[in-house]
Amino acid sequence: MALPSYATPVERIWHYAFNIICGLIFFFLIAPIIVIIPLAFNAEPYFTFTREMLTFNPDGYSLRWFNNLFGSTEWMSSIRNSFIISIASTILATALGTLAALGLNRPSMPARGLITAVLISPMIVPLIITAAALFSFFARAGLSQTFPGIILSHVVLGTPFVVLTVTASLAGFNETLIRASQSLGANQTRTFFKVILPLLLPGVISGALFAFVTSLDEVVIVNFMAGPEQTPMTVRMFSGLREEISPTILALASLLVALSILLLSTLEMIRRRNERLRGMSPG
Amino acid sequence: MASSRKTSREPILAADGTPLKQALRRSQKAERRRAFALVAPLLIFLLIVFVVPILAMIWRSVYNPEIRGYLPQTAAALQQWDGQDVPPEPVFQAMAADMIVGIENRTIGRAAARINREIPGARSTVMRTARQVDEWSAPYREKFLDADADWANPELWRILKRESRLLTPTYYLLAVDYEYNSQGEIAPRPEVYQVYKGLFFRTAWMSILITLICVVLAYPISYMLATQPARIANLLLILVLLPFWTSLLVRTSAWIVLLQQQGVINELLVAVGIIGDDGRLRMIYNRTGTIVAMTHILLPFMVLPLYSVMKTIPPSYLRAAKSLGAHPFRAWWRVYFPLTIPGLAAGCILVFILAIGYYITPALVGGDSGIFISNLIAQNMQGSSAQLKLAAALATILLVAVLIVYWVFNKLVGVDRLKFG
Repeated sequence: MALPSYATPVERIWHYAFNIICGLIFFFLIAPIIVIIPLAFNAEPYFTFTREMLTFNPDGYSLRWFNNLFGSTEWMSSIRNSFIISIASTILATALGTLAALGLNRPSMPARGLITAVLISPMIVPLIITAAALFSFFARAGLSQTFPGIILSHVVLGTPFVVLTVTASLAGFNETLIRASQSLGANQTRTFFKVILPLLLPGVISGALFAFVTSLDEVVIVNFMAGPEQTPMTVRMFSGLREEISPTILALASLLVALSILLLSTLEMIRRRNERLRGMSPG
Repeated sequence: MASSRKTSREPILAADGTPLKQALRRSQKAERRRAFALVAPLLIFLLIVFVVPILAMIWRSVYNPEIRGYLPQTAAALQQWDGQDVPPEPVFQAMAADMIVGIENRTIGRAAARINREIPGARSTVMRTARQVDEWSAPYREKFLDADADWANPELWRILKRESRLLTPTYYLLAVDYEYNSQGEIAPRPEVYQVYKGLFFRTAWMSILITLICVVLAYPISYMLATQPARIANLLLILVLLPFWTSLLVRTSAWIVLLQQQGVINELLVAVGIIGDDGRLRMIYNRTGTIVAMTHILLPFMVLPLYSVMKTIPPSYLRAAKSLGAHPFRAWWRVYFPLTIPGLAAGCILVFILAIGYYITPALVGGDSGIFISNLIAQNMQGSSAQLKLAAALATILLVAVLIVYWVFNKLVGVDRLKFG
C-alpha cells in the first residue's frame, strides 16, 4: 500500500494518519500482553513499574515470584491438574471430532445439516449456560468434583473446533489421490496412513491445539465442577484475581504467554507445511 | 443381436444376479450407514452429555412437582374449589389424609418448607396442625380452623392451588421482575427487587456497544493486513494472533495491572503530571473496565473473519472506481464496503454472541455497574433450590436470545462463513 507519486496532499495526510491509527490499534492489541512480562520480574510486591525497574537497575528485578510459583505445592498441583484435564480431553475430543468430520465429509451422509448443527452447537451456546446445565447433570450422575466429569465437559467444548478444522482440511482434499494410490497397488489401510492421514494431519493438529487451549483456558465450568482435589490453575488464578492479587499470578501469566507463542509458532509451521504440500498436489 | 434386445426388456442384473436397481439401493444404504457410523460416536456423546443436560435444565425451570408430590389428595381436591372463601370439607379431609401420610413418610417437613417459600411463616402452621391431625376425625374443617386461624385465609389455599400445578411460570416471571401478588395476579415486583430486566437490557446494549467498537477498531487494521505485502502482513498478523491464543485470564489480569488506581496507566499519568496524585482515574471495577477489557479480548474475533474476506477483494476494483471519477470515499463506500459485508457480519455475530454470554471478565473487572446477566446466573447457581430454578430460567432466556440471533444471522449470511485461525 505504498503511496503513489501522484498522490495529492490530502491523500498523503490521510495515508499517514491511517498508518498512525492502525499503529495505535495494533499497540492496543499487543501492549497489555507485553507489559505483564517485565512486571513478573518485579522485586517489589507491586503491580506497577518501580523506579529501579525503569532505570534498569538490576536490584529492581528478581525471580522471587517465579520461585514463589514453583515453590508452592498448591500452584504446582493445580498446574498438574490443568494439564491432566487438558491432555485427556484433547485426546478424546480429537478422536471423536476427526471421526465425525470424516463421516460428515462423505457424500452419502444423511441429515448432514441437522447433524452439523448439533455437533457445532457447544460453540454457540454461551459457556455459562453449558456450565449451568452440566453442573446439575453431573451432580445427579455423581460426577461433579471428579476428573471424569470435568474432562467430559471439556470434550464437549473441544469437539466443535476439531470438527471444523478437519472438515476445512477435507474440503480441499483431492479425491483422485486416493484412486492414484490404489491404482499403484496400495491397499485401503496403506492408502489411509500414507496418503489421507498426512494431508489430514494439519487439520487434526490445529483442531487438537484449539481443543487443548480451550480446555487449558476454561474457567467457568471448572469453577463450578472442580473440587479441591481437581482445582486447575485457571480457577486458582480466578480466585487469586478476585481476592488479593499477588505478582505470582503475573509470573504464571508470563509463562502462559510463552506457551501461546509456542502454540502460535507450531500452527504457523503447520500452515506453511500445508501450503507446500497443497502446492505440490495437482489440481 | 436378437438376444441382447431381449435382455434389455428384463431388469439389468448385478454380478450376483440381483436386479441392478436393488443392488445399487442396497449399496447406497450401506454407504449411508458407514458414514453415519463415523459420526455416531460424537453425536451420541453430545446428545447425552450436552443436549440432554440442556433440555433437563429447561425442564427444571418450569417443573414444580413438590406440592403435587407431597400433598397429592389436597392438590386433587383443590381442583374442584372455585377459589372463593374458605374451601369446603373435602379439601380439609384430603389435607388431613395427606398430613397423616406425610408424618409417616417424614415428607411433611419438606412440604411445609415448600409452602413456607410462598407464604413466609406458614411452616409452623403446617407442622403444628400436622402433629395433631391423627387424633382428629371427620369433619375436619372446624378442627383445622380452630387449630390455627391461618387455615381460614383463602389466600393460603389459592397459593396452594396455584402451586399444585406441575408446570409453573413463576421462575420466568421472577427472571423478568414479575411475581404473583396477594390476589394471585401477575404484577411487577417491588422496585428494589427489580434487577434482572435491567440487567438483560444492560447485557444487550453493552454487547452491542462492544461489537460496534470492535468493528471500528478491526476495520482499519484488517484493511491494512489485507493490502500489505505478504511478508509484512504475516508479521502484523502475529500482533492479532498472539492475543487470540493468549489465555483469557492472562489478558484480564493484564488489564487489571494497567487500569487499576495504582496501575501502570495511572502511575504514568501522575508521573507525567497530567493528573494529580489524588485525581487518579477510576477505569476499572466499573463499566469502563468491562468495555475496555472485553473489546481487547474479542477484537481478534472481528479481525480474523474481516481479514479473510478483504484478502479476496482485488485492489484493482478500488482503482477502477477512482479512475472512473469516483471520489475516494464514494469508491470505498459503493465498491469496497459492500464486498466486506459477509466478513463484517460474521465478525459481528461472533463477537456479539461471545459478549452476551461473558462471565469471567465482567466478574473480575466489572465491579457492580459492569456485570452481565451471566454473573447473576452464576450467583444463583450457588444458592438454594429455588435460586437454581431461577438460574435455569435466566439461562433459558439467554439461550433463546442467542439462538434467535444466530438463526437470523444464519438466514442472512450462512454459517460456513465462521472460520478460525
